[in-house]
Amino acid sequence: MDPVIALRGVVSVLGRFPVLAGIDLDVGRSEVVLLSGANGAGKTSLLRLCAGLLAPVSGQATVLGHVLPAGRRDLRRRVGYLGHANALYDDLTVTENVRFWARAAGATVADADAALDRLAVPTRLRHVEAGHLSAGQRRRAGLAALAARRPELWLLDEPHAGLDATARDDLDTLVLEAAAAGATVVLASHELDRARRLVGRTVSLAGGTVVADDRVQPDAPLSSTTSGDAAVAVPGVA
Amino acid sequence: MWREAALVAGKDLRVEWRSRVVLNQVVPFSVVVLLLFGFALDPDRGFLRQAAPGLYWIAVLLSAMVVVQRSFAVETADGGRDALRATGLDPAALFLGKAAATAAVLVALEIVLAVGVSLLYGVDLTRGLPLLVVSGLLATIGLVAPGMIYGALASGLRVRETLLPLLFLPAVAPVMIGATRAFEAALRQPPSMGEGWRWCGLLGVFAAIYTALGLLIFEPLLEDS
Repeated sequence: MDPVIALRGVVSVLGRFPVLAGIDLDVGRSEVVLLSGANGAGKTSLLRLCAGLLAPVSGQATVLGHVLPAGRRDLRRRVGYLGHANALYDDLTVTENVRFWARAAGATVADADAALDRLAVPTRLRHVEAGHLSAGQRRRAGLAALAARRPELWLLDEPHAGLDATARDDLDTLVLEAAAAGATVVLASHELDRARRLVGRTVSLAGGTVVADDRVQPDAPLSSTTSGDAAVAVPGVA
Repeated sequence: MWREAALVAGKDLRVEWRSRVVLNQVVPFSVVVLLLFGFALDPDRGFLRQAAPGLYWIAVLLSAMVVVQRSFAVETADGGRDALRATGLDPAALFLGKAAATAAVLVALEIVLAVGVSLLYGVDLTRGLPLLVVSGLLATIGLVAPGMIYGALASGLRVRETLLPLLFLPAVAPVMIGATRAFEAALRQPPSMGEGWRWCGLLGVFAAIYTALGLLIFEPLLEDS
């Protein structure tokens, strides 16, 4: 089976600075991969490249069968990328935000409402304008907008940031359910202990290149990975 | 494409309706501009009546710049620009949607300003009304289309607040000329409709060129700026 992500000697630049300096990486279907590395190692750039938001200037990059940068528009419909920002409009309610992003990505209002339920966004918050939410509540709403899109590839940049303990557990379960239902998940995190519980593989970056690629055995697997109805529970997986 | 454009336009209009920025800030700003023209030039209404078409369109132009800037500021506040790209929305639909919402806001502002000009400068706007309406609509498109192009270009840069006026104001000089001349022709006693429609032709060509340009280049503008 073709890998979901196939990168060969990929170089990307911001201005003149090479943020990715010859990346080689293969990620298969249903894998959950942790990107680790110091600040500036290239984690965010790698995620943005895989989302079709950062163009390679040399090398070969194929994601979900789309060769980049030519196939980036078709790719974007199939990928869910959550960066440091949550992309919420302060003057729209949580529901309006999630519904807008779902519909913009080709999903339905029902998908959006299901994602709000799945992320356990409290009913009282759904009609609150996003500008009045706390950082953690905004993150949860951003995750709901992402899940509503039915991505085949989840790209999460510091997804736990700002979330409380319950929300972190919910996020972990969501990630594992998505992988169990056939999606691929690549996440960047500085919270290595928590993230390692989720992943089957850790890719370490430094200076825009891969310096280590280790298979890991999750030491505390969550039961949802083996749940028979996981695919039903996750609204975001095609 | 039309469904996506309608989705984006609906979102932008909803954001504007909720935030009330246009109602609470841009409208008062525009009216203050009209008042300041009155103070600066002459309290004599005769002179203000003569200069009213030019003053009106300068006030519209300044308001348009604020509205365009606001339209893109909403997207840059919490990573919306990247998120819009990441949805795979057709960039042409994005251009049309944002342009339609901005044009709707600007038309509402133009109506308020028209009332202001009528009251403050004593201008009778019922003369040559069809010409006023048509030239006003064409000029609105002529302001909004380049506004979207330069707004998108500037929004990806750190110097966006200062760069946008520098790019936008010279580019829309033909709109200012055409719209002012068309309004002058409409408000003349009796109205010079033939002359006015010729200026409408210029406005139409300008609007068509910039709209076509926007549909073509909005994608590289979003991707590369």
